[in-house]
Amino acid sequence: MDHLYGKGTRPNQGEWAVEAKGLVKTFGDNRAVDGVDLKVRAGSIYGVLGPNGAGKTTTIRMLATLLRPDAGSARIFGHDVVKESQIVRQLIGVTGQYASVDESLSATENLVIFSRLLGLGRAEAKRKAAELLEEFGLTEAAKRPLKNFSGGMRRRLDLAASLIAQPPLIFLDEPTTGLDPRTRAQMWETIRRLVSTGSTVLLTTQYLDEADQLADRIAVIDRGHVVAEGTVDELKTSVGTSSLHLRVQQTDDIEQARRIVERVLQAQSSVSSEAGRITAPMANADLVTDLLIALRSANIPLSEMSVQKPTLDEVFLTITGHGVTAEQSNSTEAVTV
Amino acid sequence: MNSTSVRARANVPLKNRTSFWQSARHSFTMAYRGLLKIRRTPEQLFDVTLQPILFTLMFTYIFGGAISGDVHSYLPVIIPGILVQTVITTSIVTGVQLREDMDKGVFDRFKSLPIARIAPLAGALLADTIRYAIATVLTFSMGYIMGYRPDGGIGYVAIAALLVIVCSWAISWIFAFFGVIARTASSVQGISMIVLFPLTFLSNAFVPVKTMPDWLQWFVNINPISHLVSAVRDLANTGTFGWDLAVSLIGAAVIVAVFAPITVRAYMRRT
Repeated sequence: MDHLYGKGTRPNQGEWAVEAKGLVKTFGDNRAVDGVDLKVRAGSIYGVLGPNGAGKTTTIRMLATLLRPDAGSARIFGHDVVKESQIVRQLIGVTGQYASVDESLSATENLVIFSRLLGLGRAEAKRKAAELLEEFGLTEAAKRPLKNFSGGMRRRLDLAASLIAQPPLIFLDEPTTGLDPRTRAQMWETIRRLVSTGSTVLLTTQYLDEADQLADRIAVIDRGHVVAEGTVDELKTSVGTSSLHLRVQQTDDIEQARRIVERVLQAQSSVSSEAGRITAPMANADLVTDLLIALRSANIPLSEMSVQKPTLDEVFLTITGHGVTAEQSNSTEAVTV
Repeated sequence: MNSTSVRARANVPLKNRTSFWQSARHSFTMAYRGLLKIRRTPEQLFDVTLQPILFTLMFTYIFGGAISGDVHSYLPVIIPGILVQTVITTSIVTGVQLREDMDKGVFDRFKSLPIARIAPLAGALLADTIRYAIATVLTFSMGYIMGYRPDGGIGYVAIAALLVIVCSWAISWIFAFFGVIARTASSVQGISMIVLFPLTFLSNAFVPVKTMPDWLQWFVNINPISHLVSAVRDLANTGTFGWDLAVSLIGAAVIVAVFAPITVRAYMRRT
């Protein structure tokens, strides 16, 4: 997608949109961010996942030149966020957790002012504003003051404002917090479209399904540390085994089926007899072949079979749970199963 | 997202600093924002409309007879004095509003944009000169209604008005500094009042300096406000450019040179 960006705005050489090493930010006694490393590949969606107060926003603010790191370094497309902050600002768009638009002005006025500040001419700024409002479905509300905007409209305007200069990297700090499910889905759609046009997106979220839905890679942050990093699948497999769900056609078979399952997979299973369903942890996928053969030879017909990977919720609880109570690993394991 | 909106921007080369011309342009755009805000919320102009009217009436009729024998001969003394006092008091509001403004999320966006760091501040201050202009015009109009006929003529009165506006803009950088470092808007108001009350009243704005004790005269004579008041009197009443005018302008320049950089630095450091 190189042709999308002019020579000037084209990221220097980097396949890395973001490279952060050992970022630290302290507020008083509180080490809000305590040695965060992040590497985000250009053209991907990167999710930073963590509970409230984990240091997500502080990390983003440092990467977006809004806060100066106390230690560590960060580069955006190869440009240092402290030494070359003004260049970095030309490469990024930031949508904050609280809508960073002007409450007292109308949507059009907001976009026109931001466009003018970004160097567009008067007519060009007006055209750009109209174009973005149209695209984000805000044309009807364009002239109304923002005071009367709903949360979703405000977020959309906020995102629109971040896209004026078509920055190659966009920071979204909790883009869907407080939105209703429909608006949330719309927001996801918009974010996906952004990436399909070549932008890189770094988003923070406390919602696991959001990270699951959107992000190519995820970093889990807790208490200022990155506690896990990887693709969604990697994270899921790193914590728990997948589970196998079987459903028998005749519920009379269920006890026999259960015995076979436990024998072949060598694991405890759970049964819900009225549904005729057996659930068992699947540590070794190869054993499933044996299991199916055993079931066939015992003449037990199946009506359904599925494998479920652990959800990100489980991942999240396991990882951050360990961080909190490392010595009580028994109790946290109970959560994952 | 349709394809047009994800078109590349012009091939702007990446530069790590903004030129003076760009800074000025950004500041004017920010000033435009300030004007739009005033237009949206005209009620914030109450203070600059009521205060000049009220103060001019009160001070003239209360002190007129005692100080100059009668109200009419007090007018050439009090109108320039009250003008300076009112307009500079108005500039406190600049600091207060800046503080309120900065607490809003939109300042995060301004910070993340590749614009001159000084622009959000300079723009806000620039937009507020409209407030000083309103206060100035109203004070002179009130004087005129009460019978003030400045001998300098309309041209010199206009120059005097301009001088007051420029100096107030310079002084507003002081309050902008308080606005940036203070935690709340009301504390800005508090600090600013403490600074401003002695400065405006310990001057020649309302009474002749000769009537004060010697030690006070010493302060009043070096008080920059006194120089500004004298400069306005020279211009409006006699149509002359005096030494006081030069002192006022130099003072204004010094204030901007000192306070603009430290204000921007404090603004940058705030999270």
